[in-house]
Amino acid sequence: MSRVQEPVKQKKVEKLEKSECYYKPDYISRRIFRSETVGIFLILFLICMVLKFACPETFPTLDNLLSVARQFSYIAITAIGELMVIITNGIDLSVGSIMGFGAVLTGFLMHEWGILVPAAIILGLAGGGMIGLLNAFFITRLHLPPFIATLGTLSIARGLAYAITKGYTVPCPDAFAAIGQGYLGPIPLPVIYMVIIGLIFAIFLGRTVVGRRIYALGGNEEAAEVSGINIKRIKCLVYILTGVLAAAGGIICSARLGVAQSTLGLGYELDVIAAVYIGGASANGGSGTVLGAITGAAIMGVIRNGLVLLNVSPYWVQFAIGSIIVIAVAIDQFRARYNQKRQLKEVKL
Amino acid sequence: MPYILKMSNISKRFPGVIALKNVSLNVKRGEILALVGENGAGKSTLIKILAGVYSKDAGDIIFDGQRVEILSPHHSHQLGISVIFQELNMFPNLSVAENIFAGREKSQGGFINYFQTNHQAWSLMQRVGLNCDPETLVCNLPVSQRQMVEVAKALSLQAKLIIMDEPTSSLTERETQLLFKIIKNLKAAGVSVIFITHRLDEIFEVADRVHVLRDGVNAGVIERPDLTEEKMIQLMVGRELKNIFPKTDAKIGEEILKVKNLTTPSVLKNISFELKKGEILGVAGLVGAGRTELMRAIFGLDPFSRGEIHINGRPVRISSPEDAIKEGIAFVTEDRRLQGLILGMSVRENGSLVALNQLHRAGFIKFGTEDSLVREYLQKLRIKTPSVETKVSTLSGGNQQKVVLTKWLAIKPQILILDEPTRGIDVGAKAEIHRIISDLAGQGVGVIMISSELPEILGMSDRILVMHEGRITGALRREEANQEKIMALAVI
Repeated sequence: MSRVQEPVKQKKVEKLEKSECYYKPDYISRRIFRSETVGIFLILFLICMVLKFACPETFPTLDNLLSVARQFSYIAITAIGELMVIITNGIDLSVGSIMGFGAVLTGFLMHEWGILVPAAIILGLAGGGMIGLLNAFFITRLHLPPFIATLGTLSIARGLAYAITKGYTVPCPDAFAAIGQGYLGPIPLPVIYMVIIGLIFAIFLGRTVVGRRIYALGGNEEAAEVSGINIKRIKCLVYILTGVLAAAGGIICSARLGVAQSTLGLGYELDVIAAVYIGGASANGGSGTVLGAITGAAIMGVIRNGLVLLNVSPYWVQFAIGSIIVIAVAIDQFRARYNQKRQLKEVKL
Repeated sequence: MPYILKMSNISKRFPGVIALKNVSLNVKRGEILALVGENGAGKSTLIKILAGVYSKDAGDIIFDGQRVEILSPHHSHQLGISVIFQELNMFPNLSVAENIFAGREKSQGGFINYFQTNHQAWSLMQRVGLNCDPETLVCNLPVSQRQMVEVAKALSLQAKLIIMDEPTSSLTERETQLLFKIIKNLKAAGVSVIFITHRLDEIFEVADRVHVLRDGVNAGVIERPDLTEEKMIQLMVGRELKNIFPKTDAKIGEEILKVKNLTTPSVLKNISFELKKGEILGVAGLVGAGRTELMRAIFGLDPFSRGEIHINGRPVRISSPEDAIKEGIAFVTEDRRLQGLILGMSVRENGSLVALNQLHRAGFIKFGTEDSLVREYLQKLRIKTPSVETKVSTLSGGNQQKVVLTKWLAIKPQILILDEPTRGIDVGAKAEIHRIISDLAGQGVGVIMISSELPEILGMSDRILVMHEGRITGALRREEANQEKIMALAVI
C-alpha cells in the first residue's frame, strides 16, 4: 500500500532526463526506503519476531494472527478517519463515542423499528456522519478549537447512545451478525473490510485532488487558503468522513459481537489517536499515511495479544501498552534522525 | 589584536550542496563590515556557524584573540556574539520586555521582577526608537517594530560582535536611518557589526568594508574608499550586470481591472483605480499604508464593506480566493515562507497547488501532466533544485520565490498581483524575476506590483500609484516619476 503514496513517474522521468538538467530524477526505490512508513513496518516486524520466539506455539498460528487482525480492525478503520483530521492539524476526541452511537443507532433501527439490515447500516453510517457534521459546524462556524469541540461531542454522542438504548444492550438479527462474524476463506470479514477501506482512502489521500488539498491545508493553512483551497469545506469533509468511518468501525464491531452495547467504543479514542501517531503522523500536521495508521493499530493489537498469550496480568497490559507506544515512536524518531545524518554525508550534484 | 573575529578556511556541506568552501572572513574591532552575495552564496550559512546553529566541517575561528569552537547558540551569546536573523526569533505570545530578557529574566528567588524587566526594557527600547508599551505582546506589533525588539535585545546582551541579517527589509526609511544611527553608535563604542544586505545604497552609507561571497567561496573584499557599485556587483555575480531592470516596452491594451470606492472597516478608504492589459502598475507607499490590505481585499482574502470590482468591464463578486482565481487573478503574497509555500511539501506539490483543477481526471491527479507542468516552469523560470521532489524548505530565497511564481503562472492568470516580489532575493535572481514580469506584461497580463524599493518601482512600472494611510494619494506616469515625488506623496 505504500506504493500508492508515491506518484507513478518512473517512465516520465526517463523521457525528460535528456533535456535541461538542473535536477536529477529521484528514484522510487530510494524514496520507499526513506519513507516513515517503512520504519513503523520494521517495528511491527520486530515485535512479531520477538513474540514468535516468546510464544512459538500460540502466537504465530494463522488462527491467532487473523484473530488479532480482526481485533484491531475496528480501531484501524476508525484511525483512518482520525488520520485525516490529524493531518489537517486538528483532533477528534469523539470517535469512540461515535463508534458506540453508530452501532447503537443501527441496532436500534433493526431491533425496534424492524428496518432491513442494509438500510439500517446506511442510516447508522449517516448518523455517524451527522455527528461529524456537528463537529465540523462547531469547528468551522463557531470557531471552537477542535480539541474543545470534539471533547463536547464526545459526551453528546455517548449521551445519545445511552438515550437511545436507555442503558440496555440491543440484540441484533443474525443477518447483521453474519457481517461481522463471517469469513472469506480463512480471513475474517472485518479484516477484509479494513483492507478495502484502507485501500480506498490510501488512494483518496495519495492520488486525488481533494487528498492533496488535505495535506496542503495541514502543511500550511494560510498558504493553502491563498492558493484557493476552500478551508471550511475541506475541514467539514474531513470531520464528516471521520464520523462515518468511526460509525463503520462501531457497526462492524457490534456485528462481530452480535449485540450493540451503548458502552461500545468507550475509551477507544485513545487507541485510535495513538495508532495514528505511532503510524508516523506529525504532531504539526501535514503528514501521515493510511498504511502508517493501520500499522500503528496493528502494533497495539499485536502487543495486546502477545501480553495476553504471555499470561501477563491484565492490569499490567495497560501499563505495557503505554510504554510501548512511547518506545515505538522514539525508535521511529531515532530512525528519522539517523536517516538525516546519513543524508548529510552524501553529496550529490 | 586589531581583529575581533578571524575565520579561516571555513567549509560546510549539506546534502546535495557544498555551502561554504575555504571561506575566510575577518572583522576588525569597531568595524562595520557588509557581507554581500547572491542568495545561495553562503552568507546565511556563515552567520549560522557564528551563531552556533550549525557546526563547521573544517576551518578555524579566532574570536577576541582566542581560538574557539562555537558549540551552541548559548555559547555564542556567552562569547559575545549576537545574531539578529532575517526570520526574527521572537515569542509572539510574550511581551516586548519578556522577549528582550528571554533566558535572562530579572528574577529574585525564582519570581520574575516585572517592574525591573519592564523598566530596563523601556530604556533599551528608547535607544532603538521603539515607543510602545514594553508589555505589548509581540504578535500585536508590525514586522518593522519586531525587528527593533531584536536590536534592543542584542544591545542588552552587551555583545562584542553583532550580526544583522537583512535588518532593513521590513523597515521604513525613517526606521532605517535610526538603525544606521544605532549601528554607528555601536561602532563608536567599539562594537563590531556584520551587516548582510541586498541594498547596495545602504552599504555605501554605513559600511567600512565589503566582503563579497559568491557560490560558497570568497569573491573579494573591497575597502570603502575603493567601493563602487559596478565593482561590487561584478564580484557578486562574476559578470557585468548592465541592466538590472530589463523592462521591455509592452503593448498596453484595454482596461482589464477597475476598482471603485473600495472601503474596508479597518484601513482602506475609498480606493479607486484601473489597470490595463500589458501594464505594470507599481504601488508605492510606506509600510502600513494599506497596499497589502488593498490587494488582499481585491483577492477575496479580506472582506470589504463598500466598493465594486470590474473585470473586463463586467462587475464581479469576489468573496474568496477561489472566486478571484476563477476570474483569473493571481496573488504572490508578501511572505513566501508563511503564506506562499507549504514548506513540508516538494517543489512539484507546491508548483501544482493552484492548478490542481486542471490536472485531474475525475478527481484523480494526473501525475505525469503535473510533473511535466512543473518541469516546464523549472526550465522557463530557471529554478535551481536537485529534483522536483525536493522539499522547498531547502531552496534558497530566490528559488523559493520562483516556485511561488510557478504556482501562479501555471493557471495563466490575466491579472497578476505581486507583493514585494523580490524581497530578500539576490541581484541575479532579482533580475530574472523582473525579466519574467516584463515578459508577462508583454503577453498582455495586467501586473500590479507592490514594492518598497523605489529603484525597482521606478524601473519596472508604467504607472505608479502611491498610497498613504489607506488612501491613494497620487498617480505618476513612468516619464514623470522620480524618488522624491513618490516619497512626497507617500508621506502626505
